[in-house]
Amino acid sequence: MKFIPLIWKNVWRRKFRTIFTLLSIFVAFLLFGILMTIRTAFGLGIEIAGLDRLVLINKISLIIPLPVSYQRQLQQVPGVELATHQTWFGGIYQDPSNFFANMAVEPELFMKVYPEFKLTKEQAQAWLDDRQGAIVGKDLAERFGWKLGDRIPLTATIWQPKSGDTWEFNVSGIYDADDGIDKTQMFFRYDYLDENRAGGQGLVGWYVVRIADPSKSVDLSRTFDEMFANSSAETKTTTEKGFVESFASQIGDIGTIMMLIASVVLFMFGLVAASTMAQSVRERTSELAVLKTLGFTDPAILALVFAESLCIAIGGGALGLLAAWLFVQRGDPTGGLLAVFVLPGRDILIGVGLMLLMGLLAGVMPAMAAMRLRITDALRRV
Amino acid sequence: MNWLKQAFAVLTLNLRTIPSRLSSSAVAIVGIAGVVVVFVSVLSIAAGFSAAMRGSGSVNRALVMRSGADSEMTSGLSGANVDVIKQAPGIMHKGQTPLVTAELYVIIDLPKISTQKSANVPMRGIEPTAMEVRDEVKIVSGRMFQFGTNEVIAGRGASNQFVSLNVGDTIVSGQNRWQVVGTFEAGGGVAETEIWCDARVLQGVYQRGNSYQSVLARLDSADSLPMFRDWLTANPQLSVSIRRENEYYAGQSQAMTRLIQTIGFGIAGLMGIGAIFGAILTMYTAVASRAREIATLRALGFSTSAVLVSVLGEAIVLGVIGGSIGALGAYLAFNGYQTSTINFQTFSQVAFAFRVTPQLVGMGLFYALAMGLVGGLLPAVRAARLPISSALREL
Repeated sequence: MKFIPLIWKNVWRRKFRTIFTLLSIFVAFLLFGILMTIRTAFGLGIEIAGLDRLVLINKISLIIPLPVSYQRQLQQVPGVELATHQTWFGGIYQDPSNFFANMAVEPELFMKVYPEFKLTKEQAQAWLDDRQGAIVGKDLAERFGWKLGDRIPLTATIWQPKSGDTWEFNVSGIYDADDGIDKTQMFFRYDYLDENRAGGQGLVGWYVVRIADPSKSVDLSRTFDEMFANSSAETKTTTEKGFVESFASQIGDIGTIMMLIASVVLFMFGLVAASTMAQSVRERTSELAVLKTLGFTDPAILALVFAESLCIAIGGGALGLLAAWLFVQRGDPTGGLLAVFVLPGRDILIGVGLMLLMGLLAGVMPAMAAMRLRITDALRRV
Repeated sequence: MNWLKQAFAVLTLNLRTIPSRLSSSAVAIVGIAGVVVVFVSVLSIAAGFSAAMRGSGSVNRALVMRSGADSEMTSGLSGANVDVIKQAPGIMHKGQTPLVTAELYVIIDLPKISTQKSANVPMRGIEPTAMEVRDEVKIVSGRMFQFGTNEVIAGRGASNQFVSLNVGDTIVSGQNRWQVVGTFEAGGGVAETEIWCDARVLQGVYQRGNSYQSVLARLDSADSLPMFRDWLTANPQLSVSIRRENEYYAGQSQAMTRLIQTIGFGIAGLMGIGAIFGAILTMYTAVASRAREIATLRALGFSTSAVLVSVLGEAIVLGVIGGSIGALGAYLAFNGYQTSTINFQTFSQVAFAFRVTPQLVGMGLFYALAMGLVGGLLPAVRAARLPISSALREL
């Protein structure tokens, strides 16, 4: 502990150099945080998808509807807690560039199957009472300045109403949810859709089934698909996680690209740190020799150099990660394109680990060199 | 002239001594190269995607969809509407036949070869006239499918990216079986990611009755569009929107291209700041380690500005070396890299290749130069300001 002032003095020996090294490590970890956030955003929240929920889609393609009658059949399968359906609506609010997900659901069952979307009791009741009611995510409401009771017109794309081309909804509730859960969606009532659409009555997009025991998901998936085999609408069942994963993978391998960039960044700035440390130790050869003459052991010298490089790496890195975290807290800068915009705790831990690693790697060569220094050689050099 | 000579002399001296300061120079070079690799390769994704989308349409063709529909996916036109549309003026005729094709656009689930995960592959039902409406389409292997059967042809991009789309394969989709009898090219456009079959067969399979989703018409000339559009919009039986085909596809590429570009510029911008810090450190070290040399030169009568310019020059050279390595690396690693992504407007896959264009390489090099220049500025001023007497006394 008594060496802390010495380490501190060494760190600030050349202020200019230390500041720029700190800044470049700061930038490295700021970038690391942002890249991991983008990776999570394009993963569409896989980490939080429920394992006890199975999704049934039409085997030909997600866009082909399924009959509403499957619900009763699914509900009777032992092991099924709840079966509900959702239908992609694809309505446009004012302009196609205002894209957000809007879907028709069964409100009562929806709230049971998705407890992570939090609504107050009054708002939940208001939704159940109003056929034209809809609930919207907190982020979505903020984006367009919607408030409870507002009337939202959506232009029809897939489902034309019986007259005109616009559907109207009332905001019954604004749901909130934990970080990492999409709060940019809008859900409205299927009964309202089915009653008022020009065609396609009795068709739904896909089913979401909550099962009692997640370990039975493979068996149940097979049971479902066999139930509807050889019908006009065969199904393909996956876990919700698998469903989201498969959709995310369609965007392309964004995860790998982000990891590649992150490696380039960390390598680049690790090199900066290493080179600075090496130089700073080289400059102090004679001082280190004097310390050794005073009786500092080799391990003590090693520890001194490591402490210094760790100090710089952790100082810059922690500030960088903090800045990334603050940036992410401000929300999605693209205005709704990235629905899940969070820096996962796991990645923060990885970041801290990388800081330590960077500090150690940057210090290892100079520390070894300092430790091996022979007093006589070093002192003679001047 | 004398001044220029001085600056040049010091610069060459600086550059000749780089090898002896290799490790510190490497910091600047690697830093700048890293930035340029990331910058050029991320933007090459956007360039490739946008090129595929832009290469897809022709100014000579008009796409008719139901009004309000933002893509073929969500559009719908009845058989009766299609018959009316085919009578519109401005359409090119071959003999008595108008060059118009009424089409269905659906997606089917097929696994991607690279991930083995299912992807939304677009499938287009066409009419026999389609091949003449789209005159750029060529069958490159196998043959055209027979209308009235369950034969299909697959775009080159689709057969590269998804399983079971080569000639002779059978696509199993639900209870349907499709025979792949040919593959085609379409000038590099998005059609190359599609599977084509007979529209009437597809109507039956997808229970669409006698309805279609879009009508593509080949116009007499690019100027015939207003006439064609006015006639259709004036017709009370129809409620349709008409777009030039190339504009339709260009519009679809916008959101994705902008997203990739924002991410690319954002990341490269931040990395650039870091690389500038690296360059500053390098040049600062370079100046510090040669303080005595610089002071000697000054004592010999070299002007401060010559010293300043020479340090800047060295930083720029390092920047250009780093930039060239980065741009070359990005080109070798990514140019022509085949991949596919989802087009959010149609919910379906688009195959495309990364494109490292000369313009991107130029931007990357320019950026590298700028990073070198900014990074060299502070150390250069410092070198020029070095007090001669004390610097000479230093060891």
